[in-house]
Amino acid sequence: MSDIRFTDKPLSDWMRSSAADSEIVISSRVRVARNVQSFPFPMLATDQQSRAVLDKVTEILQFDDIHQFGNFHVLNLDEISELDQEILVEKHLISPNLANESRNGAVILSEDESISIMVNEEDHLRIQCLYPGFQVQEAWKRASAIDDVFEAHIDYSFDDRRGYLTSCPTNVGTGVRASVMMHLPALVMTKQIGRVLTAVSQVGLAVRGIYGEGSEATGNLFQISNQITLGQTEAEIIDNLYSVVLQIIGHERNARERLMTDSKLRIADRVMRSYGILSHAYLMDSKEAAQRISDVRLGIDLDLIREKTIVEMNELNVLIQPGFLQKKFGRTLESGERDMYRAQLIRESFQREN
Amino acid sequence: MLCQECNERPATLHFTKIVNGEKTEFHICESCAREKGDHLTGISNGFSIHGLLSGLMDFESGKYKSAGAPASETLQCKECGMTIQQFSKLNRFGCSSCYKYFSNRLDPLLKRVHGNTTHVGKVPVRAGGKIHLRRRVDELKKELQEQINLQEFESAAELRDQIRELEREIAEE
Ligand SMILES: [Zn+2]
Ligand SMILES: [Zn+2]
Repeated sequence: MSDIRFTDKPLSDWMRSSAADSEIVISSRVRVARNVQSFPFPMLATDQQSRAVLDKVTEILQFDDIHQFGNFHVLNLDEISELDQEILVEKHLISPNLANESRNGAVILSEDESISIMVNEEDHLRIQCLYPGFQVQEAWKRASAIDDVFEAHIDYSFDDRRGYLTSCPTNVGTGVRASVMMHLPALVMTKQIGRVLTAVSQVGLAVRGIYGEGSEATGNLFQISNQITLGQTEAEIIDNLYSVVLQIIGHERNARERLMTDSKLRIADRVMRSYGILSHAYLMDSKEAAQRISDVRLGIDLDLIREKTIVEMNELNVLIQPGFLQKKFGRTLESGERDMYRAQLIRESFQREN
Repeated sequence: MLCQECNERPATLHFTKIVNGEKTEFHICESCAREKGDHLTGISNGFSIHGLLSGLMDFESGKYKSAGAPASETLQCKECGMTIQQFSKLNRFGCSSCYKYFSNRLDPLLKRVHGNTTHVGKVPVRAGGKIHLRRRVDELKKELQEQINLQEFESAAELRDQIRELEREIAEE
């Protein structure tokens, strides 16, 4: 029952630091999928087997070599409330799958929440490293180093021909899923986004909404990740993603510049309207909130708004999610009520002096 | 999230369709996905390979049957008991041995998902078997070819000996 503090504040410490290209790339993440040899994958594991895997994996925290990466806390999913689980999902620290379907599921979190190791998700082990801004190489380097530490103590399922064996064949080989979260309002406004995303999909990358597979890309947020995990080295996978994202950043920058030269008044009007609505509205559904926050975020980058920061917008994006709202107001909220409380939270944030 | 077709079962397959910049999401369950079959392949538009696995697997097994294999034979993992039919429903393997037992059927699937069938990335130090040696042999063979092209026969001979030595090590069990 300890360590619920991870769900107390919306923004992880790692998200507070400033980083390269953070006005367009919000965060970079690398996830490495691994399985423990001679245990069935979590889907077929018995209670006893998945418990044994959990014990084996958490044992690692007794060894010194893991502590170079910080202090860790283990959260067992069946010991924390559904609401806290929902918040961990909203903060991208665990997957919805771990929250809903795992047996003996757990997450090992570093103090600053930049390292999140899921146990008994779809695979026994999913090592996830998060970085602010565009730092996908750094994220891979660290995930790989943590992987090395686990590998020194645990025998992985590995095959000479197929590589690291995973529950789903879409992850086999490297087991590496690298992704960046991008804010692309200018490409959306100038209607170039479809072309860009189609091109992205043609070079072996996938595009998803902010909460991973199946969710909508609200607030002009797009997650770009590698689709291929087999037949390419980790460096190739990371480099490919890096260079494509670099190009998208360039397109978004050009589009922003063009908007500022061609239609500055229209953009300024849109940005400031959203600023005004966020500061004064009494009802706000999540979709509108995401769109308005996106506008203000763009306004900050275009230097049209100086009273707010990008980090505050990142924080708001998490704060307005259902889990956080309910935590904040201490009870279950119907969706109509949520719109009222969401508006209140946003108003307070906008009226707060910096 | 519930399946948008039947509104009963949880949606497990998610597709994103983008036409002229208009983005549409589809959320459906496994059984509705199976019913829709071909239709879905159109929807996915290359964005979510995940949900297409079962379709591909069905396709491959159909081909396999017509190639003259006995219809009664069920391909099954002797370790965890999963059958190829279960796999094509779940899109998940039960254990790492499934990769071995379904190996032949896996190549076309992996080829279509990843464009490749063989791992070239990181190798665990202890569990990696002889893969380190094999990769070294591949490197040396490339070098050998270069030396031969340059007509550097002395160093080519040295490389050849090294390759033989390593290949002997690999052959030892
Ligand atoms: Zn359905
Ligand atoms: Zn198996």
